[in-house]
Amino acid sequence: MAKTGTDLVKRGMAEMQKGGVIMDVVNAEQAKIAEEAGAVAVMALERVPSDIRAAGGVARMADPTITEEVLNAVSIPVMAKARIGHIVEARVLESMGVDYIDESEVLTPADEEYHLNKSEFTVPFVCGSRDLGEAARRIGEGASMLRTKGEPGTGNIVEAVRHMRKVQSQVRKLISMDLDEVMTFAKDLGAPYDVLLQIREAGKLPVVNFAAGGVATPADAALMMQLGADGVFVGSGIFKSDNPAKFAKAIVEATTHYQDYKLIAELSKGLGTPMKGIDIASLSPENRMQERGW
Amino acid sequence: MKIGVLALQGAVVEHARTVEAVGAEAILVKRVEQLAELDGLILPGGESTAMRRLIDRYDFLESLRAFGAAGKPIFGTCAGMILLAKRINNQQTSHLGLMDVTVERNAFGRQVDSFETELEIKGVAQDFPAVFIRAPYIIEAGPGVEVLSEDTGRIVAARDGHYLATAFHPELTADTRLMGYFVEMVKEAAVKA
Repeated sequence: MAKTGTDLVKRGMAEMQKGGVIMDVVNAEQAKIAEEAGAVAVMALERVPSDIRAAGGVARMADPTITEEVLNAVSIPVMAKARIGHIVEARVLESMGVDYIDESEVLTPADEEYHLNKSEFTVPFVCGSRDLGEAARRIGEGASMLRTKGEPGTGNIVEAVRHMRKVQSQVRKLISMDLDEVMTFAKDLGAPYDVLLQIREAGKLPVVNFAAGGVATPADAALMMQLGADGVFVGSGIFKSDNPAKFAKAIVEATTHYQDYKLIAELSKGLGTPMKGIDIASLSPENRMQERGW
Repeated sequence: MKIGVLALQGAVVEHARTVEAVGAEAILVKRVEQLAELDGLILPGGESTAMRRLIDRYDFLESLRAFGAAGKPIFGTCAGMILLAKRINNQQTSHLGLMDVTVERNAFGRQVDSFETELEIKGVAQDFPAVFIRAPYIIEAGPGVEVLSEDTGRIVAARDGHYLATAFHPELTADTRLMGYFVEMVKEAAVKA
């Protein structure tokens, strides 16, 4: 009678995260700071994206010791990243009881042609997207949650803004479109036709869509919420700041009260130096994580 | 009939939609002042620890307790059930502490153990679709608490006077019968007041 791993159960888990902030952490201590600050989940990693960028080389699933340490440290959900197309990393994380897997372009892809067939897993997946075509392909493969790709580890919000606006405007276009036009739209986007029909019928994406990749300040988080994000992932920003506990709380509050500008002004005071940030134009194409994924 | 949905975090709009579907007016509550105009309140599903942090920062705690103490009905789903409970297993303190039950958090396991099933809910339905997500359940209910539903012997829906709580998420399905039940509770309370 009881059924596990259904779409409702997997997508529903992400629904419960709405309006919240998911924070990257690399150990139990950071996970506890995140939980205390009001994070709705943590992403257990070996290195935050900006350090992955700095280190170079192949970035893989975190050492299970770290993931286990974080799983034992907090009562909020724990997410972890697997490489794109790496079936075994994903199965390992699932076997460890991770609550959500990010099939992530932040790590070096294991497969340059195919993403995971996420429908086959009991654990739900979140995937990045830059436009509706990519979003619909991931949904077609069984992703239960989406996020913008942005440009991780840069502290620059511009790409996340671009990706959120793009998906939103394409969804609006699809909803108002004549049914006769949908197949050609699907062809142009490289999107599965049936997923587009579902979106058109429902008037919205069938899964939640968070902002990720470059959120560096409380105002950035609030901006993404105003652009229609269901919640926010913060990667390198928090634990690279001078006062992570204060910074984390400020991001959480700015996400909840994203239209309360006086409050955001208060929250933004004295947070210390934010991430220095990287101009996207200075990144060569092979250093842009958003180009990974197909 | 004005029913608020605490809108600090979680599945807020789904509850609001269900409230509207049964003919009541839904208000998204982000500020303490908004409580004054409400006839009833919903504490939605989400992360209870995250909601508690936000409740503390905006002095919601005492106002929510006073709202309940004034006899106004409150309906908590999943995280909302944890917020309502007087006792939380293995924790020293509770949150609002309004409902005479002891709850266990994440009692069914991690996300891979989350499930959907059909439940019989007393006075509501024989076949209610119930989605459990990292759900709690009630391990002990006080003498004045009416158990409305059990799943394999575990209490997953209960009513304590004007407080209603479910371990599952009625807001994730299109079934409005449980919300209809809550709106009746709100109407009864309004008559009494």
